Order: sequence, then C-alpha cells, then structure tokens
Amino acid sequence: MATKSRNLSIAQRGLTNFETMMWAFTRLSALAMYGFILFGMIGALIMGARTQMNFADVMRWAFMPNVTHVQNTNVPDLNLWASPFWKLTAIALLLVASAHGIHGLVVIADDYITTPRGRQIVRLLSIIFLVAMGAIGAYVIWTS
Amino acid sequence: MVLKRNVSLATGLRYRGQGPMLTFVLHRIGGLGMAIFITTHILASFVGGSVGTFVNTIYESWIFQIFIFFCVFFHAINGLRITILDLWPKLIEYQREAIWVEWAVFIPLYGFAVFVIVRTALIGG
Repeated sequence: MATKSRNLSIAQRGLTNFETMMWAFTRLSALAMYGFILFGMIGALIMGARTQMNFADVMRWAFMPNVTHVQNTNVPDLNLWASPFWKLTAIALLLVASAHGIHGLVVIADDYITTPRGRQIVRLLSIIFLVAMGAIGAYVIWTS
Repeated sequence: MVLKRNVSLATGLRYRGQGPMLTFVLHRIGGLGMAIFITTHILASFVGGSVGTFVNTIYESWIFQIFIFFCVFFHAINGLRITILDLWPKLIEYQREAIWVEWAVFIPLYGFAVFVIVRTALIGG
C-alpha cells in the first residue's frame, strides 16, 4: 500500500512553513479552548458554586469566565470573579479564540479570493483586525 | 499560483459529499456565525449606551440563542473530531465512524440546550 501523505505523522510531515504552523495552531488552540472551558467550570466549582447549577450558568462559566458574564449566575461571591486572575484568564481565552477565529476567516477567504494580491490584502486586513479586536476586547474585559 | 475552479455554483450544489461534506459546511457556518457574533458583541460592549443595549436585546432573543448554540456546539464538537483525527493521522481511516460518534454526542447535547432555551422562553427563567 502506497503511503498517503494524510497518514503521515506530524513529525514526518514537518512544520516547515507558516501555513503549516497555523494548521497546527488551529488544532492546538482548539484543545487549549477545551482546557479553558474546563478551567472556567472547575474555577466556578472551587469558588463555591456547587449547588443550584443550571444549564445556562454552566455555559456562562465555561465559555465566558468574566464577571459581567457570570453576574446573573448562582455564585456566592462575585468579587472572586472580578480578580485580576480571572480577568487575565478571560483575556487569554479571548486572544486564543480570536487568533483561531481570524485565521479561520482567512482560510475561508482563501477559497474565494485566489489572486496573490488579494490574498496579501486579506492577510494584512486580518492582522489589523486581530490587533484591533484583541485590544478592544482586552480593554472591555479589564474595565468590566 | 492562481487556483482556477471551473465548477459552476449549480454543479457545486449538486455535489454529494455526504456526511463529511455536511460537517465541513456546518463547521464553516458555525465558525462564521461565532466570529460575527463575538465581534459585534465585543464592539457593542465597547460602545455601550443605547446601541449596545439594542444589540444585546437581539442576542437575548431565543431564536438567536438557538442559532448561536448550534454554532458553538457544532463547531466545538466537530473541531474536536478534526483535532483528534489530525493529531493521530492513522485514525483518518475511521472518519465516517467518527462523524457518527460526533452526531451521537451533538444531538443530545444540542437537543438539551434547545429544550432549555425554549422552556425558558415559554415560562421564563
């Protein structure tokens, strides 16, 4: 049976160029976001939210570990959520998610914009978008 | 290096890629939906005021919640399948089975989410 490239392990393929590294980043950041989801839920349980959980509360702890998002959930002490630790966690989740998402937008755009010049413009816009949304999002979370 | 596609839209729509094609399309829809939602949500929080409140009332409607929960759950579960298959490439031989497992996880989870959203919309939270 001929070896198919899709069956090669990552070590055999090698991470030789930027696109391949972003391919790996997309997978690894997906795993990282699963880590953040567990982190938010476990954090909520450690901070005393052991009873009266409902589905919406769990979703809020999982996807948005920041004080404005959890203020309607059944947690005993909101001040714990307003600590710099959880703000930094939420900002880290935001940055990982926006890098993952904006790279995804570039991948989608590449299916429709096929000229080298067009792809260059898409990449430039994506970097501007990433920096702007990262900064605005971090500001919103930090000052909330 | 310009990619040429000599395939019309009608031919594209007739392409029957079955399960994997469906997950590919839904993964894109989910990703795009989340990207647009999170961008506008952050900007609405940043701008605040009556504009921010207006945008938030859209997000709080049950129809939008059913949509965005589909985006999040499908993208997350399908993304986990892609991640596992890509990091252990030998498993790609079983990708059709993996897609069945994926639906078996997604349908109960999303069904429960829709149930909670609709119940909250009907009787209040």
